[in-house]
Amino acid sequence: MNDESQRIPVSTDQDVVRVRQLVRTVAVAVKLSLVDQTKLVTAASELARNTLVYGMGGMVEVSRVHNDRRGGIRIVFADQGPGIVDLDLALTDGYTTGGGLGLGLSGARRLVDEFEIETEPGKGTTVTVVKWCR
Amino acid sequence: MPLSPDEASRFADLLKGHAEKLATRWTDSVATSLRGRLSSAELQRQTGDLQKAFQQALAGGAVDVTDDAAAELRAQLAEISNSRARQGFNATETAVSVYALKDAMLEILGEQSDVATLRDYVAFSTFVDRAALFTFDNYVRVREALIADQAEQLLELSTPVVKLWEGVVAVPLVGTLDSARAQVVMERLLQTLVDTGSPYAIIDITGVPAVDTQVAQHILKTVVAARLMGADCIISGIRPQIAQTIVALGIEFGDIATKASLADALRYVLGKTSYRVVAAKRPER
Repeated sequence: MNDESQRIPVSTDQDVVRVRQLVRTVAVAVKLSLVDQTKLVTAASELARNTLVYGMGGMVEVSRVHNDRRGGIRIVFADQGPGIVDLDLALTDGYTTGGGLGLGLSGARRLVDEFEIETEPGKGTTVTVVKWCR
Repeated sequence: MPLSPDEASRFADLLKGHAEKLATRWTDSVATSLRGRLSSAELQRQTGDLQKAFQQALAGGAVDVTDDAAAELRAQLAEISNSRARQGFNATETAVSVYALKDAMLEILGEQSDVATLRDYVAFSTFVDRAALFTFDNYVRVREALIADQAEQLLELSTPVVKLWEGVVAVPLVGTLDSARAQVVMERLLQTLVDTGSPYAIIDITGVPAVDTQVAQHILKTVVAARLMGADCIISGIRPQIAQTIVALGIEFGDIATKASLADALRYVLGKTSYRVVAAKRPER
């Protein structure tokens, strides 16, 4: 069950900032702790930048979710870019094809509670993350 | 329905013939929408100039705002939108300044109600719409230029390098650290290090809301550059939530000294120099 989903197209650096601001607003609304807010915002920042830089732009969808016990946030980062050829390699700390630190994707996985990635070379990549309230 | 040259000249005559009544009506309706945020003398001058420009354009045979005969009108419209944009009026308030002419004109024509007059009015209305759109376009351009200027000013404003102590400079970072700002910060810091001959630099990130890998990379590069110039860098202002995030992300700051607060960083640097921070002794009685 989910409600209040919001979408932001990502095609410039400013859009990454907007994603970050939206995620922070929603994170405050679902009462994530300050540490979890910061972790989620940082993860969103990494993944949105991946969408922009490697996915050639795409769409970010932020929605509130809840199960029986608690609420949380789900964020979906979708692009129609070149996709990831070797997912294991891409998830290795320190591996980068773009001159960054190589920690964005692997680090973002450690910052959230649920992390799912669907990718196919030539078709694009969709990353779904969920952070639950404690 | 575009204006025919015939209609244009008819409206030019109307504008001339009812100049005073039109001006009053026009100024009144603009004044209402601006709710007294512009002096009535200023408003009267603006509508007066605009009315004259409309009249001249139409008398010159202009059937569209883009015509040569409407050059003066375009200049007036541009001036209006410039001043509205700079004075902080919104798009509606700017467009109304032009649209209000239609209401004023309708009132003048109200005395006659035959089909021909109506046809004329629709054509005239199209002309005014075009003029308003031109104003609107211009307004948006001016606003965009304003925003670009402000962004540039903000870039300058938000990256001061301050001297904390003899030989110690600090960069308090506030807000989002994107590539453009990181570049400005690095240039400023390196230049200040040269200018002041400081061996120590403190980069304070208390005001940075989120430290992701890109921000970290920018900071690391700045530190390395400062080191190449012989200066030692300390990173301060690492709040608990940022520390946990950095650890989870797996970012390594290596042997770079990091401190929780700017005060800690300053004490640390002073400890490495010949200065000692000690409590003043109470004078003996």
